[in-house]
Amino acid sequence: MTATMSRDAEQAGQGTQTLTIAKGLNLGLRAAMEADNKVILLGEDIGRLGGVFRVTDGLQKDFGEERVLDTPLSESGIIGAAIGLAVRGYRPVCEIQFDGFIFPGFDQIISQLAKLHYRSEGRISVPVVVRVPYGGGIGAVEHHSESPESLFCHIAGLKVVSCSNATDAYWMMQQAIASDDPVMFFEPKRRYWEKADVDTTAEPGPLMASRLVRRGDQNTTKRATLVSYGPQMRTCLDAATAAAEDGVSLDVIDLRSLSPLSLEPVFESVRRTGRLVMVTEAPSESSISSEVAARVQQECFYSLEAPVHRVTGFDTPYPPAKLEEHYLPDLDRVLYAVDQTLAY
Amino acid sequence: MSSPETWTHPEPGAVPAATAAQPTPEQVIAGLRATTEGGIELTQLLTPEGERVASPIFDGFVSDIGAEQLRGLYRDMVLVRRADREGNALQRQGQLGIWVPLLGQEAAQIGSGRALRPTDMAFPSYREHGVAWARGVDLKDIFGIFRCTDQGSWDFQGSRLHPYTIVIGNQVVNAVGYAMGQKFDGKVGNASHEDTAADSDEATITYFGDGATSQGDVHEGFVWSSVYDAPVVFFCQNNQWAISEPTERQSRLPLYQRARGYGFPGVRVDGNDVLACLAVTRWALHTCRNGNGPVLIEAFTYRMDAHTTSDDPTRYRLSEELEVWRLKDPIERVRAHLTRTEGADQEFFDAVDAEADEFAVELRDYCVNMPDPPPERIFSNVYAEPSPALDAQRDSYLSYLAGFESTAGEG
Ligand SMILES: Cc1ncc(C[n+]2csc(CCOP(=O)(O)OP(=O)(O)O)c2C)c(N)n1
Ligand SMILES: [Mg+2]
Repeated sequence: MTATMSRDAEQAGQGTQTLTIAKGLNLGLRAAMEADNKVILLGEDIGRLGGVFRVTDGLQKDFGEERVLDTPLSESGIIGAAIGLAVRGYRPVCEIQFDGFIFPGFDQIISQLAKLHYRSEGRISVPVVVRVPYGGGIGAVEHHSESPESLFCHIAGLKVVSCSNATDAYWMMQQAIASDDPVMFFEPKRRYWEKADVDTTAEPGPLMASRLVRRGDQNTTKRATLVSYGPQMRTCLDAATAAAEDGVSLDVIDLRSLSPLSLEPVFESVRRTGRLVMVTEAPSESSISSEVAARVQQECFYSLEAPVHRVTGFDTPYPPAKLEEHYLPDLDRVLYAVDQTLAY
Repeated sequence: MSSPETWTHPEPGAVPAATAAQPTPEQVIAGLRATTEGGIELTQLLTPEGERVASPIFDGFVSDIGAEQLRGLYRDMVLVRRADREGNALQRQGQLGIWVPLLGQEAAQIGSGRALRPTDMAFPSYREHGVAWARGVDLKDIFGIFRCTDQGSWDFQGSRLHPYTIVIGNQVVNAVGYAMGQKFDGKVGNASHEDTAADSDEATITYFGDGATSQGDVHEGFVWSSVYDAPVVFFCQNNQWAISEPTERQSRLPLYQRARGYGFPGVRVDGNDVLACLAVTRWALHTCRNGNGPVLIEAFTYRMDAHTTSDDPTRYRLSEELEVWRLKDPIERVRAHLTRTEGADQEFFDAVDAEADEFAVELRDYCVNMPDPPPERIFSNVYAEPSPALDAQRDSYLSYLAGFESTAGEG
């Protein structure tokens, strides 16, 4: 086996290395497939091509066509068959080619994937991971830039997560596959090529937990908390750096787990800073950002110095990409919201 | 007119064995799988060498096509190919975000598109620039889609060309609904005799690929159309590939044979033969207009270029396959036929080329000068009825933007 292994195969579990998010996901998938031969991948163009984003690059070559399936072009089939495979004892990982193409599979996700464990009173579990490259900023045509994650957060029985960096890509993918629950795994496609040093040996934290990724200077009077996930984490971290130069100190929290939410780190931070700005690309109405705002005002009411501010996509379809710079929250919009909350 | 049923019986030997695995590169070269031979069921009127072959069933549908009309079809294909190559070039030069090439599929699109009457309706997928041309749509109006300034700017209702549809299979059921409406409106079956069709009769055509045939929507469209005898032609361009997946990943049998299971005729036509595509589509539209319900046409063709400009086909297919298909080029065979039959001379071909060059320049000029849409476009037309909530979001965003301008002015 070792002799036939590619260089990638040797790369997993080799201590610290510089990886892109795409490569982190790829190595995470590889590690999970090596650890458990019931892990199989299903998707369109994921085999010989390695996926349109190359996240599954080399996996069919090394694991064969029965573990990396170039499926017929039907998302309902991909999810539905994955459910059947899971019932049979497999741990399928589905790739949906782009966010906007998940909807033919929506019925299977909502009606079966999310509910089988509940309906069967725990007798059936469906450890399926559904990988969804999501979000905009790549200059694409329609249906290739959407942020539909809130739709899935509304559904009990699904776990919904999103990674924002290569380390999480590597570890969260393995943890999602190991989970006995169905996991919707949202991948920030426009950040696929961002690099980070990843320690592939360090013990990861829990999957379903948010994380304080930047702690602001506690001695500054101008303070606020930024909460985000996925593709907007980079924007928020850049905003925090820029704000620091202006004497504004920002905590930055990566939600990671979008449903169920784990908001303790957010509450803890907001109790200190008194101000919250929530940033997402998704539209704001009835969304994750609404949920965070509601819970924070409930839990931190007496600590809040200003209403919760949200910087989000507009409540419109994703516009033609020539307009996406207006649609997507950017550094300026985040800093503007920070100013507003401080001026309140 | 003989019954189309004669095409729907699978030849016992024609059903390929199930291929569980993708073909190896060796198999791709050796057998070229089903991809270069359409089988004996293939309807062809012009061979790749440009020879006219007789078809007792379909000849009657192109009896009006003489040298002049063939020159017209040739011109259509050359202009559309030229527009397509210009699209590719514009993308490479950063003027377009992406381009979806139709190279190799000109005959399928022009032949079927020219079979339509102005009152017929067409529901395209995303590669149908040739159909758009045949519908009389100004091709400039599709470039905005790929420049990402809009999502199609032609007159959708007037041209009777629905917006491009990117979510695979969606448009097929929509087309069926439209065709049901044509029928409910009494626009079907008004001819006094089977062999004619009333001027008022209408039909719908919808376009999709070989990959799309796996989608539930396409199956549902087949079912609905058959139950309601909807006057809809399902025009499947089997270009042998769905991005990196060969047609074998979608089906064990030739796609046209699926129609039989739904109870309507299916025909496989040489998709690189513009005359055959015209004849077969005219026949199909005719039977729709006469109230016989749907028809499936599988146009057997080949995607000569990448899936899109973002795709790298060298990762999954061999150039040998391309070489074999190059010999079946849809434009070359018409040119050969016109030359052989003295239906056109060099002067004509040169004139078409010159026109194509001018056309390309015109498209390029238009494209590079296309203005970006204003930010307020984001908020417009979300709803047909007024939306105070979105008006407020728009106003708030525009005043935010204006804030930058005034700051810039001060500086
Ligand atoms: C529902 C859906 N899933 C996936 C995609 C991504 N995708 C775009 S084109 C394509 C292949 C389509 O192949 P085919 O139907 O043969 O048409 P062709 O592109 O060859 O014209 C895929 C998978 C999509 N657009 N819609
Ligand atoms: Mg195809």
